Amino acid sequence: MYTEKVMDHFTNPRNVGEITEPSGVGEVGNPTCGDIMKIFLKVEDNIIKDIKFKTFGCGAAIATSSMVTEMAKGKTLDEALQISNKAVAEMLDGLPPQKMHCSNLAADALKKAIEDYQSKQTV
Amino acid sequence: MRRVYFDHSATTPVHPAVAEEMYRYVNKTFGNPSSVHFFGREARKAVEEAREKVARAIGARPEEVIFTSGGTESDLMAIKGVAYANRSKGNHIITSAIEHHAVLENCHALEKEGFTVTVLPVDADGMVSPDSVAAAINDKTILITIMHANNEVGTVQPIQEIGRLAREKGILFHTDAVQSFGKIPVNVDELMVDFISISGHKIYAPKGIGALYIRKGVRWLPISLGGGQERKRRPGTENVPGIAALGKAAEIALDNMADEAARLTLLRDRIIKEVMENYSNIRLNGHPTRRLPNHINFSFEFIEGEALLLSLDLQGVAASSGSACTSGSLEPSHVLLAMGLPPEIAHGSLRITLGKDNTEEDVSYFLEVLPAIIERLRAMSPLYHKVSDDCETCAKTWCR
Ligand SMILES: Cc1ncc(COP(=O)(O)O)c(C=O)c1O
Ligand code: FES
Repeated sequence: MYTEKVMDHFTNPRNVGEITEPSGVGEVGNPTCGDIMKIFLKVEDNIIKDIKFKTFGCGAAIATSSMVTEMAKGKTLDEALQISNKAVAEMLDGLPPQKMHCSNLAADALKKAIEDYQSKQTV
Repeated sequence: MRRVYFDHSATTPVHPAVAEEMYRYVNKTFGNPSSVHFFGREARKAVEEAREKVARAIGARPEEVIFTSGGTESDLMAIKGVAYANRSKGNHIITSAIEHHAVLENCHALEKEGFTVTVLPVDADGMVSPDSVAAAINDKTILITIMHANNEVGTVQPIQEIGRLAREKGILFHTDAVQSFGKIPVNVDELMVDFISISGHKIYAPKGIGALYIRKGVRWLPISLGGGQERKRRPGTENVPGIAALGKAAEIALDNMADEAARLTLLRDRIIKEVMENYSNIRLNGHPTRRLPNHINFSFEFIEGEALLLSLDLQGVAASSGSACTSGSLEPSHVLLAMGLPPEIAHGSLRITLGKDNTEEDVSYFLEVLPAIIERLRAMSPLYHKVSDDCETCAKTWCR
């Protein structure tokens, strides 16, 4: 049911863990199924220098978390904000229809983490 | 890679002796049981012998057993057949919150036709209380349908007590014995039931064959109409190979039941003991003792069930889960929720159901691969570390 890419990111997720003094943190819960995802960012000069995640969720949730961190790493904040749920799913060669909602989690958590960082900058 | 099949509540492999029996009726003895000639007579003989075997396994008379396409059809026929036949007497049906969808959906469909349905709650172990059944009975009650053993958590219901109540009040009583039949004794008189649903593919017969026991003399109407097969109670040319297979499987199950139950109970209890001892934040779902001999259901907190199943599958172990992510509907199992489990805990459920080919080595292998999987998924979980961090101030209570 899952593509090889999904299974690869599920079995060898990239960037799992936490950042001790993060520049920003985003946590989202999935109202559809109860999954939870948390993203930690290290931002320097407007660029995502490091990114880590923790996810309580299904195979698709873990794989999309892993993929979104790979996609965001090294990007500017503006570039990272452009990453859509759909783009994450596409990078994984697609998700089963009933699992599309899982990819929402990843891009939303990233967005929240960036917003968290930005809100800290303005004060 | 080693493959371990721990999902016998989902389905079972066909027993070689059953396959052989079946093959005979697919291949050589192909006649239509309604035909007068030799070919027909041979097929008829197979059907009636199988009926005797199934009847013997539940302590019934052969004419009280009819063959169906499986558990789902048996449930439908029992529930709607009683409802339609007894409309003039009343319109109230009693069932429980942990029934299989085949029962619940048919009850809900009847609600749209003017029947009223009481769905009884269960306790934390998944047990229906006979007192709650007694309290729900009114003078319009025509049917009680409560399953014998639950497919998700393995809890065995107090069917005899409920049967006694039903009989005292003159109410028809159906039990879905799809999961219990062949594993623990199912006897129509001891359990005091009027209808029993049975399915072949849970007892090493193929999919798409089942049986329904209908107590002689009860008020019941057939649902499908057509030819005279099964004495008009379930028309349609008989699935002779399937029926022969079900008969054989029932015979084998009956012959081996005590020994197999004892053997599986040892394997089951070894898994339960080792897992419960070696992990924190884990619970056994279902009744601690009144459960099927082959049935285990754990909740691993902070872990989602589908991720757990995928990880086990990568190690060759096949199991299942009541997690929302595996359900297709994205709702956690209605059984676990009815038992009062918070959705997060239902999320981490793992069902292990043992069967005839499982060995001590299979259990050892499972126990060997499990720790690394649990550790990896917990390390990935944002909920896990929280326990040590800010438990004092947290509003969630389920992780304590
Ligand atoms: C308790 C129970 N009832 C009914 C069924 C449905 O049986 P079948 O698959 O033969 O239609 C099942 C099978 O999943 C079951 O576990
Ligand atoms: S973090 Fe432990 S109870 Fe909430």
